[in-house]
Amino acid sequence: MSKLLIDNVGPASSVQDAGRHGAQRYGLTPSGAMDRLSLAAANVLVGNDAFAAAIELGPLGASFTARDGAVRLALTGAERPAAIDGCAIGLGESFLLADGETLTLGIARSQVFSYLAIAGGIGGEPMFGSLSVNARAGLGSPYPRPLQAGDAIPAASAAVASERRLDLPKPPDGPIRVVLGPQDDEFGDAVATFLASEWKVSATSDRMGYRLEGPEIRHLHGHNIVSDGTVDGSIQVPGNGQPIVLMPDRGTSGGYPKIATVITADLCRLAQLQPGRPFRFKSVSVDEAQAEYRIIAGLIRALPDRLQDAHHARLDLDALLTANVAGAVTNALDA
Amino acid sequence: MALTPPRMLPSGDAAITVDFGREISTEANQRVLALDGLLAQHAIAGVRETVPTYRSLLVHYDPEQIGFEALAEQLSALARSHIEAATTAKRRWRIPVCYGGEHGVDLEDAAAMLKITPDDLVARHAGGEYRVAMIGFTPGWSYLSGLDPALAIPRRQAPRLLTPAGTISVGGVQTGVQCLPGPSGWHLLGRTPVRTYHLHRDPVFLLEPGDAVSFVRIDAREFAEQDRAAAHGEIVAELSAS
Repeated sequence: MSKLLIDNVGPASSVQDAGRHGAQRYGLTPSGAMDRLSLAAANVLVGNDAFAAAIELGPLGASFTARDGAVRLALTGAERPAAIDGCAIGLGESFLLADGETLTLGIARSQVFSYLAIAGGIGGEPMFGSLSVNARAGLGSPYPRPLQAGDAIPAASAAVASERRLDLPKPPDGPIRVVLGPQDDEFGDAVATFLASEWKVSATSDRMGYRLEGPEIRHLHGHNIVSDGTVDGSIQVPGNGQPIVLMPDRGTSGGYPKIATVITADLCRLAQLQPGRPFRFKSVSVDEAQAEYRIIAGLIRALPDRLQDAHHARLDLDALLTANVAGAVTNALDA
Repeated sequence: MALTPPRMLPSGDAAITVDFGREISTEANQRVLALDGLLAQHAIAGVRETVPTYRSLLVHYDPEQIGFEALAEQLSALARSHIEAATTAKRRWRIPVCYGGEHGVDLEDAAAMLKITPDDLVARHAGGEYRVAMIGFTPGWSYLSGLDPALAIPRRQAPRLLTPAGTISVGGVQTGVQCLPGPSGWHLLGRTPVRTYHLHRDPVFLLEPGDAVSFVRIDAREFAEQDRAAAHGEIVAELSAS
């Protein structure tokens, strides 16, 4: 058995899969990956089930070293520099990290979360069907808390490189789509303001909720309702009128009215919005939202069919820079 | 009595909120739990899990197996069937509580707000019979209905950021059993050694929505003993079938 040793990792990094379902009636939140499409792509690239557990990395840099054998990995999600001992590797491709080699990841340039999948998955004892970390409930495997330097993830040993790539359709750049309700009638004209305005994700957001900055959304009858169940994507509006989109580590119930719910197909895109980037919402019908749900579920199921062989030599950045390629180019006008 | 049919409200594309009312009411909660029980007996294809709350039942479903309209129709039909069922609790729990002192730092202030003695407040709080109306927010946090309305006090102006595991508190017309440490704006009357959530015990979750609960006063020494036992996975609450 190999190990993937964590040399350093940013906060907001943890082991996640599709989440823990069936115990929300006891207050146990589902958790699970923020961007399930990227999680699925990373897993499929290394031959795992789409929703096997992988490492979810927040926007800061990280580095990993293979120990006691090689491991086969794939990185998807946020665009960021990635290199093995100085040689750049691509996103959306599987690669081998040989025993003793170090994978170094830079800061996310666009988007927020990356997914590092390990061929053979992550070992551990699932609780309520999941290895996802829920630190408050003391759940998660191999560690019931966010990852930190010094952690060692058990990983299946990989013998040969079997390099694959996966080209995903570019996600639409349009508004984040929502279904209004279940308490949109608590807001009157403010629903129109909510849909017409530009919003930004606040820097104080986390896996529990994305706080939004924009115009104040006023309630018709105050901001307290009798506690009601929540789902991933519920947009609740607390007393200050600034909406919060509930994410996978949400409370299972809440006492603020919910103006709308982000559709499942757009939750990945919302999760990947960097703080401060403006975006808008658009209201769609339940039928439209469910059609989009089926499309994205179908896309995830079909990911294995989209795999392509990748025969790439590692690009040695140091060698390229030393070679002074630019100096070798002759100007045609000099001739 | 004619009952108003529940409202079927979409919670996005993969859940329906079956809404029985806007207020905390025993009747609404009984209807929620009755529908939840019926749904458990008459499994509908595509339903993933349900979350009963005070006044609504949240039904998570798979949109690839059933659409909103079809599910709403089936839920409406179930809600119309035997809605008077499930008013009696399946299980009755007696939960030990050490009231006041370091375990219930707000007991004296709460009693003063109510203009009664701390002992009176304890006797009336422990003398009530409650129903687990819902479990939510964090694992095992059990919201109980049935607090004597004369004991209702507004929530604290500023919530405490950290209250201990096992806290028994009141806020408005609600009382509850908190399992894990966490923030709370309610008034802390005491602590129970009972773990409503214990990862290394079978069952992991002790209380079910619809269970009946009453409280038994214990002293600090009993609390310490039972707390040790509970930490090792013992169920220190007494159970009697109704």
